Amino acid sequence: MPKMNLSHFEAAILFALLASVVLGVITKRTDAERLRYGVRCFAYFIAALIGLGWLMKLGHG
Amino acid sequence: MATNVKVQAEAPPARGWYGVVFLAWLVPGGGHFLLKRPGRGALLLASVAIMFLLGLMMRGAMFQPQTGDVLTTIIYCGGFLGDLASGLFYLLAVWLGYAQPDMAGHVHDYGTKFLVAAGLMNVLAMVDAYEIAKGEKE
Repeated sequence: MPKMNLSHFEAAILFALLASVVLGVITKRTDAERLRYGVRCFAYFIAALIGLGWLMKLGHG
Repeated sequence: MATNVKVQAEAPPARGWYGVVFLAWLVPGGGHFLLKRPGRGALLLASVAIMFLLGLMMRGAMFQPQTGDVLTTIIYCGGFLGDLASGLFYLLAVWLGYAQPDMAGHVHDYGTKFLVAAGLMNVLAMVDAYEIAKGEKE
């Protein structure tokens, strides 16, 4: 099996994408709601990723 | 009112959930396929499979149950249960001899987390399949 090297950002984006799909599929009752919720979860993941990244950068000085 | 009547009429009858939950564990999304939700089943299967494969390709380590202090017990036993929750993917990987040692480095670390996260996502899918089988959800 090939070895994969991803940066923190790439790995976190992939994680966010796949987790958002599952959260969207299992949470809501209609397809439109599922899609909206999945997209919203992904946006929250990315916002948290960028926000925490800046927080750590600023915290390190 | 009319909508409620229609939804109740279309809902599948409550059935034995043991088989559904077992199949949902063994094959991610399998419970949804059994309950005639192929679209959602396919999305769950693809998500868990891709997450697990990425974990393998990043050479993540599989947890082995280990006891000691509370934190060690929680991390290693919990991690093992998380890995095990991937069902057939975990069983196949172990059967085919995948045994990556725990190594330093962010890629390996992400791989380990991806392997556990695949199992945890499958737990969510199992709960969803259980609720559908019990008739609590469409």
